[in-house]
Amino acid sequence: MTLQAFLQVLASGLLMGLLYALIAVGLSLIFGLMDVVNFAHGEFLMVAMYATFGLWLATSLDPVVLMPAVTALMFVLGALAYFGVVRFAMRARTNVGMVQIFATFGLAVLIQGLAQFFFSPDYRSIPKSWLGGKTLDIAGVFLPLPQVFGGLISLLAFAGLYLLMDRTDFGKALEATREDQGAVALVGIDRNRVFALGWGLGVALVGLAGVVLAIFYYIHPHVGGPFALIAYVVVALGGFGSVFGALAAGLIVGVIEALAATVLPPAMKSIAVYLLYLGVVFVRPSGLFGRL
Amino acid sequence: MLPDDHATEGGRALLTVDRLTTAYRGLIAISEISISVARGEIVVVAGANGAGKSTLLKSIAGMEKPRDGAVSFLGKRIDTLPGHEITALGLAYVPENKRLFPRLTVADNLRLGSYLHRSKPDRDAPLETVFTLFPRLKERLGQRAGTLSGGEQQMLAISRALMTRPALLMLDEPSQGIMPKLVDEIFAAVQSIRKTGVTVLLVEQRLAESLDIADRAYVLQTGRLVLDGTAKEVRDHPDIRRVYLGM
Ligand SMILES: Nc1ncnc2c1ncn2[C@@H]1O[C@H](COP(=O)(O)OP(=O)(O)OP(=O)(O)O)[C@@H](O)[C@H]1O
Ligand SMILES: [Mg+2]
Repeated sequence: MTLQAFLQVLASGLLMGLLYALIAVGLSLIFGLMDVVNFAHGEFLMVAMYATFGLWLATSLDPVVLMPAVTALMFVLGALAYFGVVRFAMRARTNVGMVQIFATFGLAVLIQGLAQFFFSPDYRSIPKSWLGGKTLDIAGVFLPLPQVFGGLISLLAFAGLYLLMDRTDFGKALEATREDQGAVALVGIDRNRVFALGWGLGVALVGLAGVVLAIFYYIHPHVGGPFALIAYVVVALGGFGSVFGALAAGLIVGVIEALAATVLPPAMKSIAVYLLYLGVVFVRPSGLFGRL
Repeated sequence: MLPDDHATEGGRALLTVDRLTTAYRGLIAISEISISVARGEIVVVAGANGAGKSTLLKSIAGMEKPRDGAVSFLGKRIDTLPGHEITALGLAYVPENKRLFPRLTVADNLRLGSYLHRSKPDRDAPLETVFTLFPRLKERLGQRAGTLSGGEQQMLAISRALMTRPALLMLDEPSQGIMPKLVDEIFAAVQSIRKTGVTVLLVEQRLAESLDIADRAYVLQTGRLVLDGTAKEVRDHPDIRRVYLGM
């Protein structure tokens, strides 16, 4: 491999990795906050893509412009998922883990069904947009603009998340709630509110990724599945609940996948990622930055 | 047992607990307990292990749902409210196991105490009180709460509760598991806290020391109220002298 080709692979891998990190961080955030694995995470990604597509059809505004609206919508959907489904699952007295798994899994099935019904199983895409199909040429390394945009959005989202957690009262309330959800009432915090906002935030983050994906990827009721699988790998690798572990792990997964694609047939490129995943699970089950 | 006359404030106490009964999975832990606390008092609830002291505080604070009876605070029924709303009304509670946020710093634990308050004066004033009460917390602001000594954790737990700017502070055995020198410091702090205008409901097993700083006391035995009176009355009661004070 020439240096040029290597840099090309590295750059593509890093950009895709940033997007993977953005997809995964909401999953990790919600898990860290309340020990619930959201099995509907990929479905939320899919909904964000359809929301972008639908708003684009309706308004002909560019996805970049629609991003705030879609993200806000996803925030609301996340909070509703908590209030409508997860909150009840958490009240289970026996077999709590299973009840939670099947509650979010059931939510995934419901969203799938609704998507099939309302959007039909046809493949859709946004054929023309400001960034779609354009590339950036940096000294012979070609970077597709939608991915560059996605990478920037991801970095901004992580920076924002850092400021939120480090500087704001709400960030401290999130941390306190993940430490001891039974104790936050002692300082007047309503944990249900924190959980709902946490779900809103987590789902809004995957929504951001959905808008970016809608610019350059096909849109289909099953589009979320493969991305969700990668998100689970990223979260396990980075450490369940670790926000910045998700960033590091997303980049690692992106690069490994891109490198593997140069030596393995395309259908097998995920194998390298899963080998890495298995390795982590056996060698360091808490992930790179986990504290389980 | 009738609510005491001296516990009322223009006919209405700050806190009134009326025939409160709480059970754990059917097993009654406290039965028909009635107590009242007037503004400005230090009131002690004493009793042996398992008497139901902690259950009483948990039931008042909304951490445990009473089966029967009523709790009123500032003239408002609070026994059906969730814990965070009770805190917001001005009733702070330091549980037996403190429930600090161990991975967060001392500063963040204190900051979370003022979560309900947005204005700078509302946040700074109690912080000053807390640093005057427990100067050593100021030196440990950046340290994780979980790495503090037992005594320091108790100080932080009391401080976090004070940051909510309560009218009533409930403390569950603040002297438990703390070395003697710090115990004196904690009892002295309780007196200073009252001087800042905060009423205190104190659960303690160290009856002698707590009666020294209290105005009144209630004594629980296996979930029932068996004695109440002024600190002096309780201290001089023959059963108390024999059983609790070893005299
Ligand atoms: N979570 C619980 N589940 C079941 N039973 C409980 C629970 N908490 C307390 N009890 C029981 O209720 C009774 C009263 O307990 P409580 O903790 O209120 O007593 P206490 O006076 O605070 O005792 P100590 O001085 O040891 O702290 C005891 O019989 C105890 O075993
Ligand atoms: Mg107790």
